[in-house]
Amino acid sequence: MKKTKTSQFFSNNSQLLIPLIAILLLIVFNLIRDPEFFSVGITTNNRGDAVLQGNLVSILNGASELVILSMGMTLVTAASGGQDISVGALAAIAGSVFVKVLKGGPAITGTSVFLAFLACCVVAMIFGCFNGSLVAFFNIQPMIATLILFTCGRSIAYWINGGATPTITSPIISAIGSFIPGIPVPTPILIVIVMGILFALLFRFTSLGLYIQSVGINQGAARLNGINAVGIKLLSFILLGACCAVAGMIGVSRLGLINHETILINIEMDAILAVAIGGNNLGGGKFKMLGSVLGAYAIQALTITLYAMKVPSTDVKAYKAVVIIILVALGSPVVKDTMSRFSKKIKSRSGTVGKEAA
Amino acid sequence: MNKQQREGALRRREPISDTQLLLTITICIFIGMYVMAMLIWGGGFKKPQMLFDILNDNAYLVIISCGLTIVMITGSIDISVGGVTAFVAMVGVMILNGKLSLFNGIIETLSLPESWRIVFAMLMSLLIGLAFGAVQGFLIAHLEIQPFIITLAGMFFARGMITIVSVDPQKAPQDLMDILQTRISIPWLGSVNKKGVLIPARMEIGVVIAVVVVVIIFILLYKRRLGRCFYAVGGNRQSALMLGVNVRKTRFLAHLLCGILSGIAGFVFMMHTGAGNATNATAAEMNAIASSIIGGTLLTGGVGNVIGTFFGVLTLSTIKSIVTTSGLRDPWWQSITTGAMLCFFILLQSVVLMRKNRGKNKKRKEDGKKDEA
Repeated sequence: MKKTKTSQFFSNNSQLLIPLIAILLLIVFNLIRDPEFFSVGITTNNRGDAVLQGNLVSILNGASELVILSMGMTLVTAASGGQDISVGALAAIAGSVFVKVLKGGPAITGTSVFLAFLACCVVAMIFGCFNGSLVAFFNIQPMIATLILFTCGRSIAYWINGGATPTITSPIISAIGSFIPGIPVPTPILIVIVMGILFALLFRFTSLGLYIQSVGINQGAARLNGINAVGIKLLSFILLGACCAVAGMIGVSRLGLINHETILINIEMDAILAVAIGGNNLGGGKFKMLGSVLGAYAIQALTITLYAMKVPSTDVKAYKAVVIIILVALGSPVVKDTMSRFSKKIKSRSGTVGKEAA
Repeated sequence: MNKQQREGALRRREPISDTQLLLTITICIFIGMYVMAMLIWGGGFKKPQMLFDILNDNAYLVIISCGLTIVMITGSIDISVGGVTAFVAMVGVMILNGKLSLFNGIIETLSLPESWRIVFAMLMSLLIGLAFGAVQGFLIAHLEIQPFIITLAGMFFARGMITIVSVDPQKAPQDLMDILQTRISIPWLGSVNKKGVLIPARMEIGVVIAVVVVVIIFILLYKRRLGRCFYAVGGNRQSALMLGVNVRKTRFLAHLLCGILSGIAGFVFMMHTGAGNATNATAAEMNAIASSIIGGTLLTGGVGNVIGTFFGVLTLSTIKSIVTTSGLRDPWWQSITTGAMLCFFILLQSVVLMRKNRGKNKKRKEDGKKDEA
């Protein structure tokens, strides 16, 4: 039997089904609840620029840091078979460095912001390298290795700024955090698109994706095939470090201040969740970055939906947990098996009935 | 040679197991660190009360870590423990101060004395722990979902439920807290203060509960069939299945036990603080994981020991007290030094195990050569 193009697409990308179904369900639910939920309007902000506004924009905008982190997390998960739980702390460190460099300079200009970004990128990549070397050279499980930075990362961020939560105010910083004058789309969304294109180019023009998958599936076999397994693991952690730097910069620019305690708090859990909802195996191996991105947007859409239903922000977690458990339980292999067996039984029964009738 | 001698000889020839090796390292380091602290900072560390204070503050952490050790031995993980502990503490306090109308009704209709509230709080804490353990265990063992995701959702659920139950911090009434905070004094471990009055060392009931839990879990893990099944499932699930171990049931029971233990830990936490708050026991799950790791439990499963976990909690909290007594008063030093110590322990374990395995491989190769010859 010849497969049609669409069915082939779905069999190739079956892991994208869970996040897609989740997003679809949320959209349908919201449309039934409030038909104007997804309407996008144009308003003028306090600087007199016309900008886009609406729930859809706030979902896409609010998920930016999560999407960027989950991109990096996908690579680490695929290569090392474990998760980095220090991304929030690392983003806090990167944000602190970003603010520290800007505060150290005379005035905030385009070049100084660029230099500050480079500095925080380098620092975050060094910390990523530290995590990665623990995992790659000492064969420590990623979750334990990154527990170190999870424990002390936010304190390091506090220490960098000498026990203060400094603020920075500048049109450039607010342009990164909210809107560039003249462009109605929030800047974080643009940064996510740029990051996505960069990763897409990386996978298109290098064999990095293939290498990461082979290291994740079987490290020994990958090494025997001439792949530098240690280097690949290290590289995935360094890339995650860079992602943390970008997320930290966005986080700082949104508020114009660095608060080591609250910046991107608990985001490591959400990022791991995004990877899992995206259908990626948390035990490493094959991965689809698009799945993680969709998973991240699904999480943010869920959060915004709950906020729109006037659930208090402290209670959101409980409802989120219930939805997550239902989603993951539906996607579990055991439930899938039972469902497919059940549907086969129905099909075969109807088939025999049809034959008898004939 | 009689039977006992033969067994002794066998034991001597057997190389030390990973579990025992890591346990010995942990205990040695803890004792070394404590003696060092006594010699350098003297004062507080020389008084036995210091040790009891550490125990009083961390009794709940000991219980959580025991549950986590079991789960980690089976090669799984549970990060909902901190949330469950906090949730149980909140519900317990609200039963005590009469903010939950259901229990008020029961007490009024049965005309029970006020102190029965403590019994209800105890039962509720066990029930909540059991419920969390059972649901998570079912989803993980029977639906084969990754434990990290399920228990993460469990953590979110528990933390969210705290604020759904009550947004404001709750406080237990003083008369009931006096019963709960009864302290056991040990005069022969007391110390004489400046006025020459002997102050006996005081220990809370929570510490007794924690020690009893450690002993029970130790017996369970070493002398009971179920305990050996935990190790078998964690070591290699496939071989355990082939040996006839009911893998699903074992994994389910591990999570169930962990849930019940976090319920007990919540009650102990409430006994210690007497307050229900949304920020209770923050990051307790990570402290518990860190303690288990310091105590020589491996996240890969199959290796671990509750006695080690007990010393892991002590080590972790001793580091914190050392930092505060040594004059590093800036708020960031505590967690930075904890992180550094954690790094040290993790690296040490990894290097020790790597060296040991290298020796084993070498031996295996030599044996292979002999066979060929």
